[in-house]
Amino acid sequence: MSALDTDPAYAAGHGNEDELDHDHDTLHITVGGYVTGFVLSVILTAIPFWLVMAKIFANPTVTTFVILGFAIVQIYVHMVFFLHMTSKAEGGWTWMSLIFALVLVVITLSGSLWVMYHLKTNMMLPSPEQMRNMP
Amino acid sequence: MSDSTATVALGAAGEAQALRFYDSGGHHPENGTLLGFWLYLMSDCLVFASLFATYGVLGRNYAGGPSGADLFALPLVAVNTSLLLLSSITYGFAVIEMQRKRQGATLAWLALTGLLGAGFVGIELHEFANLIHEGNGPQRSAFLSSFFTLVGTHGLHVTFGIVWLLALMAQVATHGLIAANRRRLMCLSMFWHFLDVIWIGVFTFVYLMGALR
Repeated sequence: MSALDTDPAYAAGHGNEDELDHDHDTLHITVGGYVTGFVLSVILTAIPFWLVMAKIFANPTVTTFVILGFAIVQIYVHMVFFLHMTSKAEGGWTWMSLIFALVLVVITLSGSLWVMYHLKTNMMLPSPEQMRNMP
Repeated sequence: MSDSTATVALGAAGEAQALRFYDSGGHHPENGTLLGFWLYLMSDCLVFASLFATYGVLGRNYAGGPSGADLFALPLVAVNTSLLLLSSITYGFAVIEMQRKRQGATLAWLALTGLLGAGFVGIELHEFANLIHEGNGPQRSAFLSSFFTLVGTHGLHVTFGIVWLLALMAQVATHGLIAANRRRLMCLSMFWHFLDVIWIGVFTFVYLMGALR
């Protein structure tokens, strides 16, 4: 078992070592990249928590949209600095699948909320007031 | 053991290698495993999207029970968020030590990542236990059903990530930082960072927006 990494046939025969090394090199993983991503994430996490906990905006709708904005920016930061997303990785296929998944996510979320919101308002039981005015 | 590993390595790169014989050598074969794992993550993303949509639809149906503003303890969620964020950067350091081929340091950072992950799961279980103990379990209202499903699914992912992490630590300790183990570590890296991305959605959409209502 321990002969695996010293076995020349394994190391050289398939050339996997070089391939993996090359792939990692193209990812440009650096300490600086991770630290930058981490600092940005901490800031982008702390601000929404502060906005909600200290009740900075009087209008909750404003706060909602602001924290959603921060979440989108932070997801982007994580994608770039932690998941090392680029449009070039794997010949562009990771990028394509990400875009495809994002389109489906947006359709799922907005479609569900939109349809179910209207269903709920239109299927609501009539109030006693409305009942009295019914023909 | 040696045979099976060699077969796996061949299976993963066999096709590409067969092509590479006719190649000038300037082009490197794609790493199919990482792309395949990325596709899995994207399908997992759709699972979470449907759970988020379910929560979005049912999240205000309290059935006369407590709302998010009554239940959520934001300081605890902030602690949880920082634990997961810290575990993301410690995993990053593990990957960097892996590239420097320093096995001991890689294992140390992986262990720290596992501890932070365990802390996250521990706090979440504590929160769940408190809610259920107070009679606010998943059966209380549609809001709590969808809350437990969404947050619980994320917690289950983190739990299995920790199991995977422990298995990989044993693999690295036994076989060292061989190519197969480095590939596995890169897959778990994507999984772990992906869970952190999902958690951004959870703490924003569920906890912060829940506390606003």
